[in-house]
Amino acid sequence: MNSYSGNAISWAVEDGAIELALHREPCNELGTQSLAEFEKFIAALPALEEHAHALLIYSQLNSGFSAGADLRETYYRTQQLEKEAAVRSVRESLERTHNVMNRLDASPLTTIAAVHGVTFGGGLELALTCDLIIADKTARFAFPELRLGLIPGFGGVPRLKRDLGNAVVRDLLLTGRSFNVTKAQQIGLVSQVVAEGHVLRVARATAAQIGKFHRPTSAAAKKFIKPIPYDELRREIEIFCELFAQPAVEAGLRKFVESTDALPYLP
Amino acid sequence: MRTQQQTEDEILNLAAEQFKVPRASLSPSDDFFKKLDIDSLQALSLLTRLEQHFQVELPDYELQGVTDFRTLAERIQSRL
Repeated sequence: MNSYSGNAISWAVEDGAIELALHREPCNELGTQSLAEFEKFIAALPALEEHAHALLIYSQLNSGFSAGADLRETYYRTQQLEKEAAVRSVRESLERTHNVMNRLDASPLTTIAAVHGVTFGGGLELALTCDLIIADKTARFAFPELRLGLIPGFGGVPRLKRDLGNAVVRDLLLTGRSFNVTKAQQIGLVSQVVAEGHVLRVARATAAQIGKFHRPTSAAAKKFIKPIPYDELRREIEIFCELFAQPAVEAGLRKFVESTDALPYLP
Repeated sequence: MRTQQQTEDEILNLAAEQFKVPRASLSPSDDFFKKLDIDSLQALSLLTRLEQHFQVELPDYELQGVTDFRTLAERIQSRL
């Protein structure tokens, strides 16, 4: 499938680069629909990789790259289930999401997340699967999961640990604070910062540069320098499921879902 | 070093420009959510703009409960 247009994501190959667009209102919340469409993408990826040198992931929405997991959907889905069944349902969803994220991480293509605006939780975890993150000046990043009594569940902490110093990871995780693109570049998360509205153009220019290189060499270099922390990713699922069974999580999710607070996205 | 009033003025200028409201309609005591008619995602966008302008880091938990420009200016002043 060389191109696809879904409700949450679309993709097409442009000038040798696969462009994967996120476009689920209001801010690309990652839920059942998105996951199913990402799984379609992963199924199509081997054939796409044969004719491409790069993969770009970007958002078509003004609000941002992604606000992360669809917490409302998670809350209402698990509320209908007994506790054990709810945890099983969450585990199944995490396993499927990890399969998608791990496959993106392991792609032999050079992958670029072109981000702007809100890049929170699962959105940041998606960006972290990519080899490069290019961001415009509106980008804002956070792992706010601890306020729900959870840890990030889509591979965020193992991948952040892979890429950044542990003190930085502790700060971002344990405070849940959001940070701007200046900070993101200072800590090494973001490779290039561009003016508002220019991120896709710069990502495409970067992909074009990557296209000049010998593809097998780029793939070998990536495999050599970017290990995938599979053991920690497995452990993350276990910890997440243990935590999800705690009453604090249900209370945290309910508070978020029912919040009329002006700042529900802030920790 | 900016004064509190200078910081307030600069915040109001930036907010007016970003959300395209007349500058004269804004005052430091205004509730910026109501006055600018913005949601939490837009508030984060304003926070990003303010951090860049003032070259400060303002952890968003410091803004919990802050709804008026004057208190926002105080939070920024404390990091200048």
